[in-house]
Amino acid sequence: MDYAFLFSSLIKIVALFTVVLGIMNYAVYAERRISALIQDRLGPNRVGPAGLFQPIADAAKFLLKEDFTPAHVNTFYYWLAPCLAMVPAITTLAVVPFGSTLFGVPMVIADINVGVLFVFAIASLGVYGIVLAGWSSNSKYAFLGGVRSSSQMISYELSLGLAVIPVFLLIGQLRLTEVVRYQIENGWLIAPFIGDWGNLHKWLLTIPMFISFVVFTIAIFAETNRLPFDLPEAETELVGGYHTEYGSMKFGLFFLGEYVAMITGSAIIVTLFLGGWHFPWVPDGSHGWGWGLLNIFIFFSKVAVLLFFFIWVRWTLPRFRYDQLMRLGWVFFFEIALVNIFLMAILLAYFPQ
Amino acid sequence: MAITVQRPKLNFRERIYLPAILSGMAITIRHFKNMLFGRTKVTMQYPEEKWDSNLPEHYRGAPALVKDDTGRVRCVACQLCEFICPPRAIKIIPGEFSPNDKFAKVEKYPHEFDIDMIRCIYCGMCEEVCPEQAIYLRKDYAITGFTRADMVHNKEKLLEIGGVMHGVVLKWNEKK
Repeated sequence: MDYAFLFSSLIKIVALFTVVLGIMNYAVYAERRISALIQDRLGPNRVGPAGLFQPIADAAKFLLKEDFTPAHVNTFYYWLAPCLAMVPAITTLAVVPFGSTLFGVPMVIADINVGVLFVFAIASLGVYGIVLAGWSSNSKYAFLGGVRSSSQMISYELSLGLAVIPVFLLIGQLRLTEVVRYQIENGWLIAPFIGDWGNLHKWLLTIPMFISFVVFTIAIFAETNRLPFDLPEAETELVGGYHTEYGSMKFGLFFLGEYVAMITGSAIIVTLFLGGWHFPWVPDGSHGWGWGLLNIFIFFSKVAVLLFFFIWVRWTLPRFRYDQLMRLGWVFFFEIALVNIFLMAILLAYFPQ
Repeated sequence: MAITVQRPKLNFRERIYLPAILSGMAITIRHFKNMLFGRTKVTMQYPEEKWDSNLPEHYRGAPALVKDDTGRVRCVACQLCEFICPPRAIKIIPGEFSPNDKFAKVEKYPHEFDIDMIRCIYCGMCEEVCPEQAIYLRKDYAITGFTRADMVHNKEKLLEIGGVMHGVVLKWNEKK
């Protein structure tokens, strides 16, 4: 292993971590402001200009609060759970290509050839944080939240996994940089008008791709415990759900972990379906470092648009009932994703390029 | 007897649920947009904007003592307000004018006059019962303090809030 690689990787890790933590903090702020605007309120506007320092104030508050461990909890797992909620969400970002190249260095931390499998493997560890929190808290509400969460996440991981299979039937590789490269050459997977828009074959393939996109996005909603799938938290039913017994920064980790999961989910959606860091008529990083930075900016802009979508949906839809959630997961999305795979396979077999 | 509630029959459009979701999202984005461009009225931003100039004449804010035209505290320490006060917020220690004082005819004045603003319920009974029209409920409503002691308004504070009230009660004048 040469030192240049090690050094550039370290810089990328630190930079990406910083950027993601910044986005995460301001996602919380955005959530509060956007929800307020949707409900005809103003939201936090006191701390700094237009309330922009609110996340800093929140973080300071979380850090300065007493780190309290209730007497009735299983201490080891109680302390382990918040870390387990945060770590998988951040780890997943390692394989996501967040830019083209900068000074000849590819803007992805680990360009591994199992790409999306790694994402699913790590993302499914996220459930452990919630289940451990629910179980170790020794409280009814937290326990119910944990149980709900485990069944919900397992159910929706099925449709999540099945929804991306058509993408890889088409591309033939699991490597995420290859997915982006394919989309640069052939147009974004759900936007066939980018690139050579006259190609009928592409328009045909868009049908299963769009179904995949919808199922995948909804499954990501369920995986990140966002409304309308926030049954593990369900403030109105379970007090706080799995984090009822948590306070100070340990609660903060759960809270921010949810947002990091959102960012990661959006990044995966952008990479798989929305062309990654690509934008029409913007060259990649080999034409100069300015373009490289612009590619990174485009990627995070797309992520920001998706985050807005997440927030928008959250403040529009009511929560599902538990049986509706399970029915939706197992009866609709599972089947739709399964049929979609056949549809894609048939299209690829009988309508070749 | 159990009553079976008839569930409404949903047509296909309602059953696939997506049109309803989309129309809901259209509503929320409309609210978002109107709010973003300032087309929605929002509530008053309290510490910056205040309703003070629009307070009605009969508004009952903090009670206060007033002075008359000559600068004498109108209160004669009859203690009626102390007795009528439902939460017993008022405490008066009366003092006596010396015989050669200009206001010897008035006989008593409040040596100490405390109103505990933690207890005060702004009912206005003190104002109603006062025979001298010496205590009024003014328009101050943001009564705050860091300690319980801060929240007790003493005579100076009450006079500061009250100021000078002209006219009306003239029975202690020299002419009578």
